[in-house]
Amino acid sequence: MKLQEFTASAHNFEECMKCTICTAYCPVVPVNPRYPGPKQAGPDGERLRLKDPYFFNQALKYCLNCKRCEVVCPSGVKVADIIQSARIRYDHTPPRLRDRVLANTDFMGRLARPFAPIVNGVTSLGVTKTVLDVTFAIDRHRTFPKYSGRSFEGWLKRRAKEQAKFPKQVAYFHGCYANYNYPQLGKDFVKVMNALGIGVQLLEKEKCCGVALIANGMSQKAARNAGQNVQALQKAVDAGLTVLTTSSTCTMTLRDEYPELLKVDNASVRDSVILATRYIYQLIESGAAQLRFKENYRARIAYHMPCHLEKLGWGIFSYELLKMIPGVEFTLLDSNCCGISGTYGFKKENYEASQAIGKPLFDQIRSVNPDFVACDCETCKWQLEMSTGYTVKNPISILAEALED
Amino acid sequence: MRFDTVIIGGGLAGLTAGISLQEAGQKVAIVSAGQNAMHFFSGNFEEIGTARERVSALFASAGVRTHSSDGWMLMPMGSMREVSLTLDDVAVFPDKHVAEKALIVNYTGFHDFYGTFLAEALEKNGTTCRIRFVRIPEMEHLRLSPSEMRSVNIARVMDEHWEKVVSDIRVLLKDEDLILLPQVFGLKDLSVLDKIRTAFPARVAFIGTMPPSVPGIRTQMLLKRRFEVLGGTFLMGDEVTSAAMHEGIVSSVTTRNLDTARLFADHFILATGGYFSKGLVSTPTLVNEPLFGLDIDYPEDRNAWYDPDFFADQPYLNFGVKTDESLRAVKDGVPLQNLYAIGSILGNTRKADYGSAAGLAIRTAFAVADTIKGGNV
Ligand SMILES: Cc1cc2nc3c(=O)[nH]c(=O)nc-3n(C[C@H](O)[C@H](O)[C@H](O)COP(=O)(O)OP(=O)(O)OC[C@H]3O[C@@H](n4cnc5c(N)ncnc54)[C@H](O)[C@@H]3O)c2cc1C
Ligand code: SF4
Ligand code: SF4
Repeated sequence: MKLQEFTASAHNFEECMKCTICTAYCPVVPVNPRYPGPKQAGPDGERLRLKDPYFFNQALKYCLNCKRCEVVCPSGVKVADIIQSARIRYDHTPPRLRDRVLANTDFMGRLARPFAPIVNGVTSLGVTKTVLDVTFAIDRHRTFPKYSGRSFEGWLKRRAKEQAKFPKQVAYFHGCYANYNYPQLGKDFVKVMNALGIGVQLLEKEKCCGVALIANGMSQKAARNAGQNVQALQKAVDAGLTVLTTSSTCTMTLRDEYPELLKVDNASVRDSVILATRYIYQLIESGAAQLRFKENYRARIAYHMPCHLEKLGWGIFSYELLKMIPGVEFTLLDSNCCGISGTYGFKKENYEASQAIGKPLFDQIRSVNPDFVACDCETCKWQLEMSTGYTVKNPISILAEALED
Repeated sequence: MRFDTVIIGGGLAGLTAGISLQEAGQKVAIVSAGQNAMHFFSGNFEEIGTARERVSALFASAGVRTHSSDGWMLMPMGSMREVSLTLDDVAVFPDKHVAEKALIVNYTGFHDFYGTFLAEALEKNGTTCRIRFVRIPEMEHLRLSPSEMRSVNIARVMDEHWEKVVSDIRVLLKDEDLILLPQVFGLKDLSVLDKIRTAFPARVAFIGTMPPSVPGIRTQMLLKRRFEVLGGTFLMGDEVTSAAMHEGIVSSVTTRNLDTARLFADHFILATGGYFSKGLVSTPTLVNEPLFGLDIDYPEDRNAWYDPDFFADQPYLNFGVKTDESLRAVKDGVPLQNLYAIGSILGNTRKADYGSAAGLAIRTAFAVADTIKGGNV
C-alpha cells in the first residue's frame, strides 16, 4: 500500500516518543546553532523527508555520527543511522577536493609513505599549514598525522613465517592508521598476542573500512570497500580465524555501519570481528591464557572511552584490562565526546565547534593530571594530544609496554 | 565477567540500590538500556515515607541537594501538591497562598512553560499576577529551528548567561514578592540556582516545564557519576536480553553488546521500570515481564484493565511483578532465590509496604540493598 511507503522506515523512526533526551546529550547542539539537533534531524525530519525529499536539510552534515543520541534514547531509535542514511540518500552535492583528500585515508597513505619524511616535513611547515588553511580549508591549528616510512603490512609480511609457528592464530584488521601512520600500534599488538601464545596474520586483502568516505559523501566508494572487506573477512572466518582490531571506529564500521548504512550484508562475519581488548580480556578471564607484567611498572592512567566504543558497549574490556596491570592507578574519565570525530575536526569550518565540544574532556584531563591518557581511537588521540599536551596511548600499547620482558 | 550484584535498569531504583551496595564495598554492574523516568522528574519524591533522611544523605554524597520539609509545591499547570522531600530546585510553600503579588517570567517563544495557567490558578488563591517575557541574544540561535526551544537547550545557555536574564528581570520587577521562572537552570552548574535566588528582593520559585526535566537530568547524571566514582560499572545503552536460571537461581545474564561475555553475579536486581521503560509490556491480550517471565496478577478481561474515565485511577497501573516478603521475584508461583524486583516494575503490588512513584523506587532499593548486605555479613 502507498501509505506504507511514507511511514515505514528501515530505522524505526516511528518509535520516537519526542522526549528530546537525544538532543539533551548531543555534543553538537550546544556549540553549533546551525545544527537542528538529533530529534529534528533524525526522526522528525525523516517523517517529512519520506513525504518529500525537498525537506532534506544540508545542516545534517554537522552531525558527528558519534551515536551518543542512540546510546541514550529510551526507545532504541537509531537516530544517528537515520541522519547518516538521509545524507547518503538525499545529499547529491559532489564532495569537494578537500573532503576527497581527507576521506581517502588509504590512498593518501600509500601515496605519502615512500616520501614520508618529506610529507611530514612539508605538512608540519607553517607555510604549508597556511596554504592548506586558505586554499583547502583544513584548519591551520591541526597537526597532520605523521606518515610512517614503512607500512605495518610490510613489517608483518616479513615476519609471516615466524608468526605461523604459533599454535593458535588470529587475523588482524589493522586499519589505515596502524598501517601508514603508526605501525608501532600494530607491532605492539603482535607483541601482546605473541605473549599470549597467538600468532598474527594479515587479511588476504584489507581495504580502508570506509568510515571517512561515508562521512564525506562518498558512500558508493565506501560500499565497494565494504564489499571487498567482507570477502576478505569471510576468507579468514572460513579458515577458522577470529579477526581482531585495535581501532574502535573501524570495528563499529565493519560490524554495524556496513549493514545499517551501506546495506552490505556482513551477517556471516560480523560476530568474528572483535576489538582486541575484548578478545584478550575474555581469554584471560576464561583462564586459557595469562599475561605477565613487569613488577616495577607504574603509571597513572586516565581512560577516555571513544564515542564509538561506548556505542559498541565494549569500553569495559579495555579499562578492565588496564586495571589488571599491577602498578596502574586508574581513572575513568566522564563520558564526553572529544570533538574531532574523524575528519570532521580537520575542516576549517568545524574547528571551533570541535574544540568547544572537547573542552569538558580537556579540562577534566588537566585536572586529573595523569601520566598519560588511554584511548582506543586514533583520531581522539590526535585531538587530545593537540588540545591537552598529554600523551595518548592505545590500551594495547600500554599492555605491550607493561609486559614482562 | 563476575560481579557481586548485577542490576538491570539504571533509573532511580537501580542507581539507588547500586550506590548503596557499592558504598558497602560490593562490586556492582548496572546495565541500562537508555535513559529513564528521571528525565521527566518533577523534583518531588512522592511517598518517600521513612526513607526521607537516608535518601537525602545518599543524594548529598552524590552532590544532589534535597529539601526536606512538609509543605506545598506549585505544579506546572498551577495546581498545588503536598510534598515532604523535593530536590532543592523546588520552592516549598507553607500553604496554598504563595504570595501577594507574583511576577511570572517566561522566554519569548518557549512553549513548554504555561504562564497563563499558572496566573489563573494563583489568582484563585489570592495572588495577583503579571506575566512578562524576556529574550537575550545568546538564545536567538534556538529560534532557528522551532522544535529546539526546549528546556535543556535553554538551560545550557542559562548556565553561562543567567546574569543577562537576571538584569532584565530586575528592570521588570515592581512590587512583587514572588518571581516565578521556568526550571531551566543549573544543568551543569548548580551554583546558578543560588545566584538567581539571591539576586532579587523577592523570593524566586522555579516551576517545572514540560519534559525533559532539567533537574531530573542533572540528578541522573550526578547519581550515575557517584556510582562510577565508587567503582561501579555502568553499562549505558546496553540491554539485558536473556538470563540463565537453574533450580530457582539466576546464574548470569546476557546483554546485547557483551553477548558471549556474560555477566555473572551472586545477586541480581530487576529495576527495569514500568510500561514506560518496557520493564512491563502489555499486548492486546497479556501483560508480561519480558526478561524472566515473572508472575503478574491481572484480570483476563481486558476491559477491566482500564477505566474509561481518563482521570480515574487506572487499574493497569496496579499490575506489577509478584514478590515475596523480601522482594524476591516470583516465577511460576515460586520466588527466585537471588532475583529481586524494585521500583516501577512492582506497579502498586507493594504499595502498602513501600508506597508508589519515586518513594517506591527508593524504598524498595534500600530494602533490597539491606537484604543483600545482610546476607553477606
Ligand atoms: C513520565 C514519568 C514521570 C514521573 N515523574 C515522577 C515524579 O515527578 N515524582 C515521582 O515521585 N515519581 C515520578 N514518576 C514515577 C517513576 O516511575 C519513579 O519516580 C521512578 O523514577 C521510577 O524509577 P525506576 O528506576 O523504577 O524505573 P525507570 O526510571 O523507568 O528506569 C528503568 C530503566 O530500566 C531500563 N531497562 C528496561 N529494560 C531493560 C533491559 N532489558 N536491560 C537493561 N535496561 C533495561 C530502562 O531503559 C530504564 O533506564 C514518573 C514516572 C514517569 C513514567
Ligand atoms: S531520545 Fe529517542 S524517543 Fe526521545 S526524542 Fe530522541 S529519538 Fe525520540
Ligand atoms: S550522532 Fe552525535 S552529533 Fe549526530 S545527532 Fe547523534 S549525538 Fe548529535
